[in-house]
Amino acid sequence: MSDKYKKVAYYPGCALEGTGHAYNRSTKELGKALGLELDELKNWNCCGAMEVKNVDPKLQTYLSARNLSIAEDMGYKTVMAPCNGCYHNLKKAEYDLAHDETSREVTDRLSRKAGHKTYEAGKVETIHALDWIKESVGEEGLKARVKNSLNGLKIANYYGCMYTRPRHIFPEKDQGPGSESTAQPHFMDDLLAAAGAENVNYPLKTACCGGAHTLSDSDTSTKLVLNLLTTAEACGADVIATECPTCHTGLEMHQARAEKVFGRKTKVKILYFTQLLGMALGLSARKVGVQENFSDSMDLLRERGLF
Amino acid sequence: MPIHEKSLIRPENLVTHEHLEIEGVDVSGHWSTFINTRAVSDYNEQMQEEIAALPGGEYIHRCWQCGSCTNACTVNAINPDFNPRYWIYLIRMGFESELLRDKDIIWQCVSCNKCTYACPRDVFPEGVMKATAHWLELKGHTEKKPSMVFDEAFSEQVFATGKIEDGRVLREFFARTKQPLLQDWLIALVRSLVSRLPVALMMKLGLATLFRPRTRGWGKAQAAIEEYVHEREAAARKALHLDVQGAER
Repeated sequence: MSDKYKKVAYYPGCALEGTGHAYNRSTKELGKALGLELDELKNWNCCGAMEVKNVDPKLQTYLSARNLSIAEDMGYKTVMAPCNGCYHNLKKAEYDLAHDETSREVTDRLSRKAGHKTYEAGKVETIHALDWIKESVGEEGLKARVKNSLNGLKIANYYGCMYTRPRHIFPEKDQGPGSESTAQPHFMDDLLAAAGAENVNYPLKTACCGGAHTLSDSDTSTKLVLNLLTTAEACGADVIATECPTCHTGLEMHQARAEKVFGRKTKVKILYFTQLLGMALGLSARKVGVQENFSDSMDLLRERGLF
Repeated sequence: MPIHEKSLIRPENLVTHEHLEIEGVDVSGHWSTFINTRAVSDYNEQMQEEIAALPGGEYIHRCWQCGSCTNACTVNAINPDFNPRYWIYLIRMGFESELLRDKDIIWQCVSCNKCTYACPRDVFPEGVMKATAHWLELKGHTEKKPSMVFDEAFSEQVFATGKIEDGRVLREFFARTKQPLLQDWLIALVRSLVSRLPVALMMKLGLATLFRPRTRGWGKAQAAIEEYVHEREAAARKALHLDVQGAER
Protein backbone atom coordinates (compact mmCIF):
# COMPACT_ATOMS: atom_id res chain seq x y z
CA MET A 1 0.00 0.00 0.00
CA SER A 2 1.15 3.50 -0.59
CA ASP A 3 0.68 6.88 1.05
CA LYS A 4 0.23 8.50 -2.34
CA TYR A 5 -3.51 9.02 -1.78
CA LYS A 6 -3.44 9.63 1.96
CA LYS A 7 -4.38 13.26 1.41
CA VAL A 8 -6.08 14.18 -1.85
CA ALA A 9 -8.22 16.93 -3.31
CA TYR A 10 -11.90 16.06 -3.15
CA TYR A 11 -14.43 16.83 -5.87
CA PRO A 12 -17.90 15.87 -4.60
CA GLY A 13 -19.90 17.35 -7.51
CA CYS A 14 -23.51 18.54 -7.58
CA ALA A 15 -25.22 15.16 -7.12
CA LEU A 16 -23.39 14.56 -3.85
CA GLU A 17 -24.76 17.84 -2.52
CA GLY A 18 -28.29 16.88 -3.59
CA THR A 19 -29.83 13.44 -4.15
CA GLY A 20 -26.54 11.67 -3.49
CA HIS A 21 -25.74 13.30 -0.15
CA ALA A 22 -25.69 9.90 1.56
CA TYR A 23 -22.75 9.01 -0.71
CA ASN A 24 -21.00 12.24 0.27
CA ARG A 25 -21.55 11.59 3.96
CA SER A 26 -20.48 7.95 3.82
CA THR A 27 -17.39 8.72 1.71
CA LYS A 28 -16.21 11.33 4.20
CA GLU A 29 -16.95 9.11 7.21
CA LEU A 30 -15.19 6.17 5.59
CA GLY A 31 -12.12 8.30 4.89
CA LYS A 32 -12.08 9.54 8.47
CA ALA A 33 -12.36 6.00 9.85
CA LEU A 34 -9.44 4.90 7.63
CA GLY A 35 -7.25 7.88 8.49
CA LEU A 36 -7.41 9.36 5.00
CA GLU A 37 -7.78 13.06 4.42
CA LEU A 38 -10.00 14.84 1.91
CA ASP A 39 -9.62 18.51 1.01
CA GLU A 40 -12.60 19.79 -0.96
CA LEU A 41 -11.83 21.74 -4.16
CA LYS A 42 -12.40 25.41 -3.43
CA ASN A 43 -15.27 26.93 -5.34
CA TRP A 44 -15.66 24.05 -7.77
CA ASN A 45 -18.19 23.98 -10.61
CA CYS A 46 -20.47 21.35 -12.14
CA CYS A 47 -18.71 18.91 -14.51
CA GLY A 48 -21.58 19.08 -17.01
CA ALA A 49 -22.72 15.54 -16.17
CA MET A 50 -24.39 13.76 -19.11
CA GLU A 51 -26.04 16.91 -20.43
CA VAL A 52 -23.59 19.68 -21.34
CA LYS A 53 -21.75 17.37 -23.77
CA ASN A 54 -24.95 17.20 -25.81
CA VAL A 55 -24.81 20.98 -26.21
CA ASP A 56 -21.09 20.86 -27.02
CA PRO A 57 -18.48 18.34 -25.79
CA LYS A 58 -15.76 21.02 -25.75
CA LEU A 59 -17.67 22.96 -23.10
CA GLN A 60 -17.66 19.89 -20.93
CA THR A 61 -13.90 19.72 -21.36
CA TYR A 62 -13.61 23.33 -20.19
CA LEU A 63 -15.83 22.75 -17.12
CA SER A 64 -13.63 19.86 -15.98
CA ALA A 65 -10.42 21.70 -16.86
CA ARG A 66 -11.46 24.51 -14.52
CA ASN A 67 -11.87 22.01 -11.66
CA LEU A 68 -8.52 20.39 -12.43
CA SER A 69 -6.83 23.78 -12.41
CA ILE A 70 -8.27 24.44 -8.94
CA ALA A 71 -6.75 21.17 -7.70
CA GLU A 72 -3.42 22.23 -9.19
CA ASP A 73 -3.64 25.69 -7.58
CA MET A 74 -4.33 24.07 -4.22
CA GLY A 75 -1.10 22.14 -4.63
CA TYR A 76 -2.54 18.68 -5.22
CA LYS A 77 -1.33 16.05 -7.67
CA THR A 78 -4.46 13.94 -7.22
CA VAL A 79 -8.18 14.70 -7.21
CA MET A 80 -10.67 12.10 -6.03
CA ALA A 81 -14.22 12.06 -7.42
CA PRO A 82 -16.66 9.47 -6.02
CA CYS A 83 -19.32 10.23 -8.65
CA ASN A 84 -18.90 8.23 -11.86
CA GLY A 85 -20.11 11.16 -13.95
CA CYS A 86 -17.62 13.62 -12.44
CA TYR A 87 -14.83 11.02 -12.52
CA HIS A 88 -15.54 10.20 -16.16
CA ASN A 89 -15.67 13.86 -17.21
CA LEU A 90 -12.40 14.74 -15.48
CA LYS A 91 -10.76 11.74 -17.15
CA LYS A 92 -12.25 12.64 -20.51
CA ALA A 93 -11.03 16.24 -20.21
CA GLU A 94 -7.57 14.94 -19.37
CA TYR A 95 -7.63 12.73 -22.45
CA ASP A 96 -9.02 15.39 -24.79
CA LEU A 97 -6.57 18.04 -23.60
CA ALA A 98 -3.70 15.63 -24.23
CA HIS A 99 -4.90 14.51 -27.67
CA ASP A 100 -7.09 17.13 -29.29
CA GLU A 101 -5.87 20.52 -30.43
CA THR A 102 -9.36 22.07 -30.70
CA SER A 103 -10.19 21.06 -27.13
CA ARG A 104 -6.99 22.75 -25.97
CA GLU A 105 -7.81 25.92 -27.91
CA VAL A 106 -11.38 26.16 -26.62
CA THR A 107 -10.28 25.49 -23.04
CA ASP A 108 -7.54 28.09 -23.27
CA ARG A 109 -9.85 30.70 -24.72
CA LEU A 110 -12.59 30.14 -22.12
CA SER A 111 -10.10 29.95 -19.23
CA ARG A 112 -8.49 33.24 -20.19
CA LYS A 113 -11.83 34.98 -20.58
CA ALA A 114 -13.02 33.54 -17.27
CA GLY A 115 -9.84 34.87 -15.65
CA HIS A 116 -8.05 31.74 -14.47
CA LYS A 117 -5.07 29.66 -15.44
CA THR A 118 -5.51 27.24 -18.35
CA TYR A 119 -5.18 23.67 -17.15
CA GLU A 120 -2.63 21.60 -19.04
CA ALA A 121 -2.93 17.82 -19.36
CA GLY A 122 -0.74 15.76 -17.04
CA LYS A 123 -0.68 18.06 -14.01
CA VAL A 124 -3.32 16.36 -11.90
CA GLU A 125 -4.33 12.70 -11.70
CA THR A 126 -8.03 11.89 -11.36
CA ILE A 127 -9.01 8.87 -9.28
CA HIS A 128 -12.29 7.29 -8.21
CA ALA A 129 -13.24 6.60 -4.58
CA LEU A 130 -12.59 2.92 -5.37
CA ASP A 131 -8.98 3.63 -6.40
CA TRP A 132 -8.58 5.78 -3.31
CA ILE A 133 -9.52 3.01 -0.85
CA LYS A 134 -7.97 0.19 -2.87
CA GLU A 135 -4.61 1.95 -3.26
CA SER A 136 -4.22 3.50 0.18
CA VAL A 137 -5.78 0.80 2.39
CA GLY A 138 -6.23 -2.27 0.24
CA GLU A 139 -7.91 -5.57 1.03
CA GLU A 140 -5.48 -6.63 3.76
CA GLY A 141 -5.67 -3.22 5.43
CA LEU A 142 -9.45 -3.35 5.39
CA LYS A 143 -9.55 -6.92 6.73
CA ALA A 144 -7.44 -5.87 9.68
CA ARG A 145 -9.84 -3.02 10.50
CA VAL A 146 -13.19 -4.83 10.11
CA LYS A 147 -15.12 -4.71 13.39
CA ASN A 148 -18.51 -5.77 12.18
CA SER A 149 -18.10 -8.20 9.29
CA LEU A 150 -20.67 -8.07 6.51
CA ASN A 151 -20.85 -11.74 7.35
CA GLY A 152 -21.67 -13.33 4.03
CA LEU A 153 -24.14 -10.62 2.96
CA LYS A 154 -24.83 -11.45 -0.69
CA ILE A 155 -23.89 -8.54 -2.88
CA ALA A 156 -24.21 -7.79 -6.60
CA ASN A 157 -21.54 -5.25 -7.51
CA TYR A 158 -22.83 -2.68 -9.94
CA TYR A 159 -20.33 -0.31 -11.60
CA GLY A 160 -22.47 1.25 -14.34
CA CYS A 161 -21.20 2.82 -17.55
CA MET A 162 -19.00 5.79 -16.76
CA TYR A 163 -16.43 4.01 -14.59
CA THR A 164 -15.07 1.93 -17.47
CA ARG A 165 -16.30 3.34 -20.78
CA PRO A 166 -14.95 4.30 -23.19
CA ARG A 167 -11.73 2.52 -22.38
CA HIS A 168 -9.34 4.97 -24.06
CA ILE A 169 -9.87 7.64 -21.38
CA PHE A 170 -8.67 5.23 -18.64
CA PRO A 171 -5.08 4.46 -19.67
CA GLU A 172 -4.26 3.03 -16.22
CA LYS A 173 -6.91 0.32 -16.52
CA ASP A 174 -6.43 -3.03 -18.31
CA GLN A 175 -2.73 -3.06 -17.38
CA GLY A 176 -2.61 -6.65 -16.15
CA PRO A 177 -2.63 -8.05 -12.61
CA GLY A 178 -3.49 -5.52 -9.93
CA SER A 179 -5.01 -3.00 -12.31
CA GLU A 180 -8.69 -2.42 -12.84
CA SER A 181 -10.41 -4.13 -15.77
CA THR A 182 -12.77 -2.25 -18.06
CA ALA A 183 -14.53 -5.42 -19.17
CA GLN A 184 -14.78 -7.09 -15.77
CA PRO A 185 -14.19 -4.43 -13.10
CA HIS A 186 -13.40 -5.90 -9.69
CA PHE A 187 -12.13 -3.18 -7.30
CA MET A 188 -15.47 -2.90 -5.51
CA ASP A 189 -15.81 -6.70 -5.38
CA ASP A 190 -12.33 -6.95 -3.85
CA LEU A 191 -13.03 -4.36 -1.15
CA LEU A 192 -16.45 -5.72 -0.19
CA ALA A 193 -15.11 -9.29 -0.06
CA ALA A 194 -12.41 -8.05 2.33
CA ALA A 195 -15.22 -6.63 4.49
CA GLY A 196 -16.84 -10.07 4.67
CA ALA A 197 -19.39 -9.90 1.86
CA GLU A 198 -20.13 -12.78 -0.45
CA ASN A 199 -20.13 -11.34 -3.98
CA VAL A 200 -22.56 -13.04 -6.32
CA ASN A 201 -21.60 -13.63 -9.95
CA TYR A 202 -23.44 -10.66 -11.44
CA PRO A 203 -23.30 -10.48 -15.24
CA LEU A 204 -24.63 -6.89 -15.46
CA LYS A 205 -21.81 -5.11 -13.60
CA THR A 206 -21.31 -2.57 -16.37
CA ALA A 207 -24.79 -2.61 -17.92
CA CYS A 208 -26.61 0.70 -18.25
CA CYS A 209 -29.34 1.96 -15.88
CA GLY A 210 -30.56 4.58 -18.35
CA GLY A 211 -29.40 7.29 -15.96
CA ALA A 212 -28.94 9.92 -18.66
CA HIS A 213 -32.65 9.72 -19.53
CA THR A 214 -33.94 8.84 -16.11
CA LEU A 215 -36.64 11.54 -16.30
CA SER A 216 -36.80 12.29 -20.03
CA ASP A 217 -37.39 8.68 -21.14
CA SER A 218 -38.63 7.08 -17.93
CA ASP A 219 -40.09 3.94 -19.46
CA THR A 220 -36.77 2.98 -21.06
CA SER A 221 -34.96 3.63 -17.77
CA THR A 222 -37.50 1.61 -15.81
CA LYS A 223 -37.07 -1.34 -18.20
CA LEU A 224 -33.27 -1.17 -17.93
CA VAL A 225 -33.34 -0.86 -14.12
CA LEU A 226 -35.90 -3.62 -13.74
CA ASN A 227 -33.55 -5.88 -15.69
CA LEU A 228 -30.70 -4.97 -13.31
CA LEU A 229 -32.85 -5.61 -10.24
CA THR A 230 -34.44 -8.89 -11.32
CA THR A 231 -31.08 -10.24 -12.52
CA ALA A 232 -29.47 -9.36 -9.18
CA GLU A 233 -32.27 -11.22 -7.42
CA ALA A 234 -31.92 -14.19 -9.74
CA CYS A 235 -28.20 -14.25 -8.87
CA GLY A 236 -29.17 -14.51 -5.21
CA ALA A 237 -28.14 -10.99 -4.16
CA ASP A 238 -29.63 -9.30 -1.08
CA VAL A 239 -28.00 -6.00 -1.92
CA ILE A 240 -26.81 -4.16 -5.01
CA ALA A 241 -23.68 -2.17 -4.13
CA THR A 242 -23.27 1.07 -6.08
CA GLU A 243 -20.46 3.55 -6.62
CA CYS A 244 -22.27 6.29 -8.54
CA PRO A 245 -25.00 8.65 -7.29
CA THR A 246 -26.81 8.70 -10.65
CA CYS A 247 -26.94 4.89 -10.86
CA HIS A 248 -27.87 4.67 -7.20
CA THR A 249 -30.75 7.17 -7.37
CA GLY A 250 -31.80 5.72 -10.74
CA LEU A 251 -32.06 2.22 -9.26
CA GLU A 252 -34.05 3.51 -6.29
CA MET A 253 -36.39 5.71 -8.34
CA HIS A 254 -37.12 3.12 -10.96
CA GLN A 255 -37.49 0.35 -8.41
CA ALA A 256 -40.37 2.44 -7.01
CA ARG A 257 -41.60 3.34 -10.49
CA ALA A 258 -41.50 -0.30 -11.69
CA GLU A 259 -43.77 -1.21 -8.81
CA LYS A 260 -46.20 1.71 -9.29
CA VAL A 261 -46.32 1.85 -13.08
CA PHE A 262 -45.48 -1.70 -14.26
CA GLY A 263 -46.72 -3.57 -11.18
CA ARG A 264 -43.34 -5.31 -10.79
CA LYS A 265 -42.11 -5.46 -7.20
CA THR A 266 -38.49 -6.28 -6.38
CA LYS A 267 -37.01 -6.47 -2.93
CA VAL A 268 -33.25 -6.31 -3.47
CA LYS A 269 -31.71 -3.44 -1.43
CA ILE A 270 -29.53 -0.69 -2.86
CA LEU A 271 -26.57 0.67 -0.87
CA TYR A 272 -23.44 2.66 -1.67
CA PHE A 273 -20.25 0.61 -1.30
CA THR A 274 -19.00 3.32 1.08
CA GLN A 275 -22.01 2.70 3.33
CA LEU A 276 -21.33 -1.04 3.36
CA LEU A 277 -17.62 -0.60 4.07
CA GLY A 278 -18.36 2.01 6.74
CA MET A 279 -20.72 -0.31 8.57
CA ALA A 280 -18.18 -3.12 8.36
CA LEU A 281 -15.66 -0.81 10.03
CA GLY A 282 -18.11 -0.34 12.89
CA LEU A 283 -19.71 2.97 11.87
CA SER A 284 -23.43 3.13 12.60
CA ALA A 285 -25.94 2.91 9.75
CA ARG A 286 -27.04 6.42 10.70
CA LYS A 287 -23.53 7.75 10.45
CA VAL A 288 -23.14 6.49 6.89
CA GLY A 289 -26.53 7.93 5.96
CA VAL A 290 -28.52 4.74 5.34
CA GLN A 291 -31.77 6.43 6.35
CA GLU A 292 -31.09 9.17 3.80
CA ASN A 293 -31.29 6.76 0.87
CA PHE A 294 -34.57 6.89 -1.03
CA SER A 295 -35.07 3.16 -0.62
CA ASP A 296 -35.45 1.59 2.79
CA SER A 297 -32.83 -1.05 3.68
CA MET A 298 -33.26 -0.87 7.46
CA ASP A 299 -35.08 -4.20 7.88
CA LEU A 300 -32.38 -6.18 6.11
CA LEU A 301 -29.59 -4.41 7.98
CA ARG A 302 -31.32 -4.96 11.33
CA GLU A 303 -31.77 -8.63 10.51
CA ARG A 304 -28.02 -8.87 9.73
CA GLY A 305 -27.01 -6.99 12.86
CA LEU A 306 -25.57 -4.11 10.87
CA PHE A 307 -28.02 -1.41 11.92
CA MET B 1 -29.22 -10.13 -46.50
CA PRO B 2 -27.04 -7.02 -46.23
CA ILE B 3 -28.34 -4.38 -43.87
CA HIS B 4 -28.94 -1.85 -46.62
CA GLU B 5 -31.39 -4.19 -48.30
CA LYS B 6 -33.67 -4.23 -45.25
CA SER B 7 -36.04 -1.75 -46.81
CA LEU B 8 -36.55 -3.95 -49.87
CA ILE B 9 -38.40 -6.66 -47.97
CA ARG B 10 -40.85 -4.48 -46.10
CA PRO B 11 -44.36 -5.87 -46.65
CA GLU B 12 -45.37 -2.92 -48.86
CA ASN B 13 -42.45 -3.62 -51.19
CA LEU B 14 -43.33 -7.29 -51.75
CA VAL B 15 -45.67 -8.69 -54.38
CA THR B 16 -47.17 -12.12 -54.77
CA HIS B 17 -49.39 -13.09 -57.69
CA GLU B 18 -52.33 -15.43 -57.38
CA HIS B 19 -51.92 -16.63 -60.95
CA LEU B 20 -48.85 -15.76 -62.96
CA GLU B 21 -46.99 -17.71 -65.54
CA ILE B 22 -43.81 -16.41 -67.15
CA GLU B 23 -42.57 -18.24 -70.21
CA GLY B 24 -44.38 -21.38 -69.16
CA VAL B 25 -43.14 -21.32 -65.57
CA ASP B 26 -45.73 -20.97 -62.82
CA VAL B 27 -44.60 -18.20 -60.46
CA SER B 28 -47.83 -17.86 -58.47
CA GLY B 29 -48.16 -17.65 -54.71
CA HIS B 30 -45.94 -17.10 -51.69
CA TRP B 31 -43.06 -19.28 -52.91
CA SER B 32 -42.53 -16.89 -55.77
CA THR B 33 -42.61 -13.60 -53.89
CA PHE B 34 -41.31 -10.68 -55.94
CA ILE B 35 -39.60 -7.53 -54.71
CA ASN B 36 -40.90 -4.34 -56.28
CA THR B 37 -38.50 -2.56 -58.58
CA ARG B 38 -36.85 0.32 -56.79
CA ALA B 39 -35.23 3.42 -58.14
CA VAL B 40 -33.73 5.79 -55.62
CA SER B 41 -33.50 9.34 -56.87
CA ASP B 42 -33.80 11.40 -53.71
CA TYR B 43 -30.33 11.02 -52.21
CA ASN B 44 -29.43 13.82 -49.80
CA GLU B 45 -25.79 14.22 -50.65
CA GLN B 46 -25.18 16.85 -47.97
CA MET B 47 -26.47 14.83 -45.05
CA GLN B 48 -23.17 13.25 -43.96
CA GLU B 49 -21.29 16.51 -44.18
CA GLU B 50 -23.97 18.38 -42.24
CA ILE B 51 -24.10 15.82 -39.44
CA ALA B 52 -20.31 15.74 -39.31
CA ALA B 53 -20.38 19.51 -38.76
CA LEU B 54 -22.40 19.14 -35.54
CA PRO B 55 -20.68 18.40 -32.20
CA GLY B 56 -20.15 14.66 -31.83
CA GLY B 57 -20.62 13.78 -35.50
CA GLU B 58 -17.06 14.56 -36.62
CA TYR B 59 -15.85 11.00 -37.18
CA ILE B 60 -18.81 9.43 -38.96
CA HIS B 61 -16.72 9.05 -42.14
CA ARG B 62 -14.50 6.46 -40.44
CA CYS B 63 -17.28 3.83 -40.22
CA TRP B 64 -16.73 0.62 -42.14
CA GLN B 65 -20.03 -0.98 -41.13
CA CYS B 66 -18.79 -3.79 -38.90
CA GLY B 67 -21.90 -3.57 -36.70
CA SER B 68 -20.09 -3.64 -33.34
CA CYS B 69 -22.05 -0.57 -32.19
CA THR B 70 -25.47 -2.09 -32.75
CA ASN B 71 -24.27 -5.40 -31.34
CA ALA B 72 -23.24 -3.67 -28.11
CA CYS B 73 -26.13 -1.20 -27.95
CA THR B 74 -28.20 -0.95 -24.75
CA VAL B 75 -31.27 0.47 -26.46
CA ASN B 76 -31.11 -1.98 -29.38
CA ALA B 77 -31.58 -4.78 -26.83
CA ILE B 78 -35.00 -3.40 -25.89
CA ASN B 79 -35.96 -2.00 -29.29
CA PRO B 80 -34.51 -3.76 -32.38
CA ASP B 81 -35.43 -0.74 -34.54
CA PHE B 82 -32.79 1.27 -32.68
CA ASN B 83 -29.87 0.52 -34.99
CA PRO B 84 -26.86 2.89 -34.96
CA ARG B 85 -24.99 0.96 -37.63
CA TYR B 86 -27.94 1.19 -40.03
CA TRP B 87 -28.41 4.91 -39.40
CA ILE B 88 -24.74 5.60 -39.99
CA TYR B 89 -25.03 3.69 -43.27
CA LEU B 90 -28.11 5.66 -44.30
CA ILE B 91 -26.46 8.98 -43.45
CA ARG B 92 -23.32 8.15 -45.37
CA MET B 93 -25.34 7.03 -48.41
CA GLY B 94 -27.71 9.97 -48.18
CA PHE B 95 -30.89 7.86 -47.77
CA GLU B 96 -32.73 10.62 -45.97
CA SER B 97 -36.25 9.25 -46.40
CA GLU B 98 -35.17 5.93 -44.84
CA LEU B 99 -33.54 7.72 -41.90
CA LEU B 100 -36.68 9.77 -41.31
CA ARG B 101 -38.67 6.60 -40.67
CA ASP B 102 -36.74 6.31 -37.38
CA LYS B 103 -36.62 10.02 -36.57
CA ASP B 104 -38.64 9.68 -33.38
CA ILE B 105 -36.39 7.14 -31.65
CA ILE B 106 -32.85 8.33 -32.42
CA TRP B 107 -32.86 10.72 -29.43
CA GLN B 108 -33.32 7.72 -27.11
CA CYS B 109 -29.58 6.88 -27.06
CA VAL B 110 -28.74 6.63 -23.33
CA SER B 111 -25.04 7.54 -23.74
CA CYS B 112 -23.84 4.32 -22.11
CA ASN B 113 -20.81 4.42 -24.43
CA LYS B 114 -20.90 0.69 -25.18
CA CYS B 115 -20.76 1.50 -28.90
CA THR B 116 -17.82 3.85 -28.46
CA TYR B 117 -16.06 1.17 -26.37
CA ALA B 118 -16.63 -1.48 -29.05
CA CYS B 119 -15.98 0.61 -32.17
CA PRO B 120 -12.73 -0.47 -33.89
CA ARG B 121 -12.63 2.70 -36.00
CA ASP B 122 -13.13 5.40 -33.36
CA VAL B 123 -16.30 6.67 -34.98
CA PHE B 124 -17.65 7.66 -31.52
CA PRO B 125 -21.14 6.46 -32.46
CA GLU B 126 -22.55 7.92 -29.24
CA GLY B 127 -21.64 11.38 -30.47
CA VAL B 128 -23.01 10.59 -33.92
CA MET B 129 -26.38 9.69 -32.35
CA LYS B 130 -26.50 13.07 -30.58
CA ALA B 131 -25.43 14.95 -33.71
CA THR B 132 -28.09 13.12 -35.73
CA ALA B 133 -30.80 13.91 -33.18
CA HIS B 134 -29.76 17.59 -33.31
CA TRP B 135 -29.72 17.53 -37.10
CA LEU B 136 -33.27 16.14 -37.20
CA GLU B 137 -34.43 18.88 -34.86
CA LEU B 138 -32.58 21.74 -36.55
CA LYS B 139 -33.88 20.68 -39.96
CA GLY B 140 -37.42 20.69 -38.61
CA HIS B 141 -38.00 16.94 -38.99
CA THR B 142 -38.78 16.51 -35.30
CA GLU B 143 -39.83 18.69 -32.42
CA LYS B 144 -37.40 19.19 -29.55
CA LYS B 145 -37.30 15.77 -27.88
CA PRO B 146 -37.64 15.34 -24.07
CA SER B 147 -33.94 14.53 -23.58
CA MET B 148 -32.99 17.74 -25.38
CA VAL B 149 -35.36 19.77 -23.21
CA PHE B 150 -33.66 18.18 -20.21
CA ASP B 151 -30.16 18.88 -21.57
CA GLU B 152 -31.10 22.52 -22.08
CA ALA B 153 -32.72 23.00 -18.68
CA PHE B 154 -29.65 21.42 -17.08
CA SER B 155 -27.02 23.22 -19.13
CA GLU B 156 -28.67 26.63 -18.70
CA GLN B 157 -28.34 26.22 -14.92
CA VAL B 158 -24.70 25.23 -15.20
CA PHE B 159 -23.93 28.15 -17.52
CA ALA B 160 -25.79 30.60 -15.29
CA THR B 161 -24.47 29.60 -11.86
CA GLY B 162 -21.67 27.07 -12.34
CA LYS B 163 -23.67 24.42 -10.49
CA ILE B 164 -26.99 22.62 -10.57
CA GLU B 165 -29.49 21.76 -7.90
CA ASP B 166 -31.26 18.55 -8.86
CA GLY B 167 -34.66 19.52 -7.44
CA ARG B 168 -34.66 22.64 -9.58
CA VAL B 169 -33.66 20.70 -12.72
CA LEU B 170 -36.49 18.24 -12.09
CA ARG B 171 -39.12 20.96 -11.58
CA GLU B 172 -37.89 22.91 -14.58
CA PHE B 173 -37.96 19.81 -16.80
CA PHE B 174 -41.48 18.82 -15.75
CA ALA B 175 -42.68 22.41 -16.29
CA ARG B 176 -41.11 22.67 -19.77
CA THR B 177 -42.52 19.30 -20.87
CA LYS B 178 -45.89 20.11 -19.27
CA GLN B 179 -45.94 17.07 -17.02
CA PRO B 180 -47.43 17.11 -13.54
CA LEU B 181 -44.80 17.20 -10.83
CA LEU B 182 -46.91 15.02 -8.58
CA GLN B 183 -46.47 11.62 -10.19
CA ASP B 184 -47.61 8.58 -8.24
CA TRP B 185 -44.23 6.93 -8.08
CA LEU B 186 -42.46 10.14 -7.14
CA ILE B 187 -44.89 10.77 -4.29
CA ALA B 188 -44.39 7.22 -3.00
CA LEU B 189 -40.61 7.66 -3.14
CA VAL B 190 -40.53 10.99 -1.34
CA ARG B 191 -43.08 9.85 1.27
CA SER B 192 -40.95 6.85 2.20
CA LEU B 193 -37.86 9.07 2.43
CA VAL B 194 -39.50 11.77 4.53
CA SER B 195 -40.69 9.18 7.06
CA ARG B 196 -37.04 8.31 7.77
CA LEU B 197 -35.14 11.53 7.23
CA PRO B 198 -33.78 13.60 10.10
CA VAL B 199 -35.45 17.02 10.31
CA ALA B 200 -32.17 18.95 10.18
CA LEU B 201 -31.22 17.36 6.87
CA MET B 202 -34.62 18.04 5.36
CA MET B 203 -34.23 21.69 6.28
CA LYS B 204 -30.81 21.77 4.68
CA LEU B 205 -32.16 20.26 1.46
CA GLY B 206 -35.13 22.65 1.53
CA LEU B 207 -32.77 25.60 1.86
CA ALA B 208 -30.75 24.41 -1.13
CA THR B 209 -33.86 24.74 -3.29
CA LEU B 210 -34.44 28.29 -2.05
CA PHE B 211 -30.88 29.53 -2.23
CA ARG B 212 -29.40 28.16 -5.42
CA PRO B 213 -25.97 26.68 -4.98
CA ARG B 214 -23.56 28.67 -7.13
CA THR B 215 -19.87 28.95 -7.93
CA ARG B 216 -18.51 32.26 -6.64
CA GLY B 217 -17.21 34.71 -9.22
CA TRP B 218 -18.77 32.71 -12.06
CA GLY B 219 -19.89 35.78 -14.05
CA LYS B 220 -16.90 35.92 -16.40
CA ALA B 221 -17.01 32.18 -17.07
CA GLN B 222 -20.73 32.49 -17.81
CA ALA B 223 -20.14 35.29 -20.32
CA ALA B 224 -17.31 33.37 -22.02
CA ILE B 225 -19.41 30.18 -22.25
CA GLU B 226 -22.48 31.97 -23.58
CA GLU B 227 -20.44 33.76 -26.21
CA TYR B 228 -18.94 30.42 -27.30
CA VAL B 229 -22.36 28.73 -27.40
CA HIS B 230 -23.80 31.46 -29.63
CA GLU B 231 -20.81 31.22 -31.93
CA ARG B 232 -21.19 27.46 -32.24
CA GLU B 233 -24.93 27.73 -32.84
CA ALA B 234 -24.34 30.20 -35.67
CA ALA B 235 -21.68 27.88 -37.15
CA ALA B 236 -24.09 24.94 -36.98
CA ARG B 237 -26.86 26.90 -38.71
CA LYS B 238 -24.44 27.89 -41.43
CA ALA B 239 -23.20 24.32 -41.94
CA LEU B 240 -26.81 23.14 -42.18
CA HIS B 241 -27.70 25.92 -44.66
CA LEU B 242 -30.24 27.46 -42.29
CA ASP B 243 -30.87 31.17 -41.78
CA VAL B 244 -31.01 32.86 -38.38
CA GLN B 245 -34.65 31.86 -37.83
CA GLY B 246 -33.78 28.25 -38.58
CA ALA B 247 -35.55 28.14 -41.95
CA GLU B 248 -33.90 26.29 -44.84
CA ARG B 249 -32.07 28.60 -47.23
